[in-house]
Amino acid sequence: MADGGWRDRAIVQLTLARYREFYREPEALFWTFIFPILMAAGLALAFRSKPPEVLKVGVVTGPGSVEMVANLRKNAQLDVRAIDDTAADRELRTGKVALLVVANPGGPVEFRFDDTRPEGSSARRMVDDVLQRAAGRQDPVAVRESLVREPGSRYIDFLIPGLLGMNLMASSMWGIGFSVVDQRRKKLLKRFVATPMSRTEYLASFVLARLTLLILEVTTLVGVGVGLFGVPLRGSIAAVGLVSLVGAMSFGGLGLLIAARPKTIEAASGMMNLAMLPMWVFSGVFFSVGNFPDAMQPFIRALPLTAVNDALRATMLEGATLPELAPEFLVMALWLVVSFSVALKIFRWK
Amino acid sequence: MTTSSAAVSIRGLQKRYGDVVAVAGLDLEVARGECFGLLGPNGAGKTTTIEICEGLNEPDAGEVRILGMTHRTDADRIRASIGISLQETQLTEKLTVEETVRLFRSFYPRRRPVEDAIAAVQLEEKRTARVGQLSGGQKQRLALACALVGDPELFFLDEPTTGLDPQSRRQLWELIEGFKQQGRTVVLTTHYMDEAEQLCDRVAIVDHGRIIASGTPRHLIAMLGSEHVIDFGLEGNAITDAELAALPGVTAVRRHDGRHLLDASQIHQTIPALLALLERNQAAFTDLTPHTATLEDVFVHLTGRHLRDG
Repeated sequence: MADGGWRDRAIVQLTLARYREFYREPEALFWTFIFPILMAAGLALAFRSKPPEVLKVGVVTGPGSVEMVANLRKNAQLDVRAIDDTAADRELRTGKVALLVVANPGGPVEFRFDDTRPEGSSARRMVDDVLQRAAGRQDPVAVRESLVREPGSRYIDFLIPGLLGMNLMASSMWGIGFSVVDQRRKKLLKRFVATPMSRTEYLASFVLARLTLLILEVTTLVGVGVGLFGVPLRGSIAAVGLVSLVGAMSFGGLGLLIAARPKTIEAASGMMNLAMLPMWVFSGVFFSVGNFPDAMQPFIRALPLTAVNDALRATMLEGATLPELAPEFLVMALWLVVSFSVALKIFRWK
Repeated sequence: MTTSSAAVSIRGLQKRYGDVVAVAGLDLEVARGECFGLLGPNGAGKTTTIEICEGLNEPDAGEVRILGMTHRTDADRIRASIGISLQETQLTEKLTVEETVRLFRSFYPRRRPVEDAIAAVQLEEKRTARVGQLSGGQKQRLALACALVGDPELFFLDEPTTGLDPQSRRQLWELIEGFKQQGRTVVLTTHYMDEAEQLCDRVAIVDHGRIIASGTPRHLIAMLGSEHVIDFGLEGNAITDAELAALPGVTAVRRHDGRHLLDASQIHQTIPALLALLERNQAAFTDLTPHTATLEDVFVHLTGRHLRDG
């Protein structure tokens, strides 16, 4: 090989070393590529869109119960059974039926149900409706139902951008943080510093290696989401790419900041988890950040993963354009600049 | 940089870590082309001294010039001119031998071909093996390949053979002999006396952060005033030091770990007299190991301790 060729430049050799460390570690491949897909598949299975629900209703045997059962069975969305008085309450308590109906001829029909359970209230409303109409009620307002089941509003649609954000966070922070601390622990960093190696190029090699791996990560997850689960990609691919890029860089800065001082993997792992935990919980990976109290929202909005998730959802699900994502980019850029500059200041080379 | 200047010149070097004094005013001069050994027990300040020379550690006081340059003004030029091996570096296990050498090579302005560096340390057959699969001796040779691929004028080797089997140590010695023959300067630390005697043109014995003696190994041993050491243990009646000192040819008497050490110049006269003394006192040897005086004996003579005791 010719001397001074591009392949013999330090930045190229350092970046190549990063790739080799990565792809020769089968666990790293699993956690980066396979795990998020398995997770998406598992969650999609658990929260798959179900056919319209059938509500289970019990009619307590007694006077008028036979007619009541026949009456209610005319509605296809009700699964009606006659239940013995002695067993009835136990079936309700254990959730085998959502609602108990006591016919009580001559008196008011009794509905027995738990109003804190959504299916209890639904069953009550539906049974009441059926009974009232059967008795001749006329609705004063005419209604017509048209059903819309559109991609974009399912749980999997919400989940895929969140998983992508979480994956960007985990792989960027661990990918940079773990290697740096490991090399410091093995005194390899010290050995490097005793050579004329440029420290900037050393740190840049981590960023460069991450960026190329990032393309693979994003392509895999978005590809599986769109191809396998039919998640919509309404915004531009460029927007998704740019959000991922800036997001990954801000997580990389955070990883570098955490890795700037620790001498052991254990110390770094603790700090890494401490930094990631609030983002797993609060940044809306699995459910909407709207579930948290208003007082916490400013804190949650300031987290980089919240910004990445919000931006990814806005562009993938709602087709938001880049200018519309300016607030999220601002949050990411702030984290990027602050964490990188502090990390460089306090970095322990020896 | 002047070629006439010393390879390493240290004046009044001091370094402390909190209350612990690692280096307490050390002066040292290593000529170009020389193989120089820093000899001493663990914690004597050898590693601190060598790491200050490598620019990995800052001195509290004193002046260090490497090839006529100082780290303050010429850090990059010094780094480009030295090749080092540290005590505890673990190279990346996932990379191959060739990839590791190529990586280190990419840092240096002046470069030797990767193949030459690998051939110099006799790792051609392991060229495509992962570092994780190498033996301790092979890893240490790879570390030397990484040190020499930048074509350095000066090597700093910190305990290059510690923990290796005798055969691997011999291979490394040959390598270091090779550096010397190419006219390169070598500064190494060791606590193996045989290593220092075998490799070094000059040695400095370091203890508690100071040089307590320096010179050629032969010169230092001659300082003892006797060429042999009679090392033995006794059972039966005790024998006083005065009785031992009175034996013919004995120049000094020492005790260590319940054993007796006699420095002797005329061993063929001393041993029969010693046997007669034991006979008279109804004492007997548990063991007897007379040997030619070594640097180890010099260290014991100067400090009253063995090198390995720390």
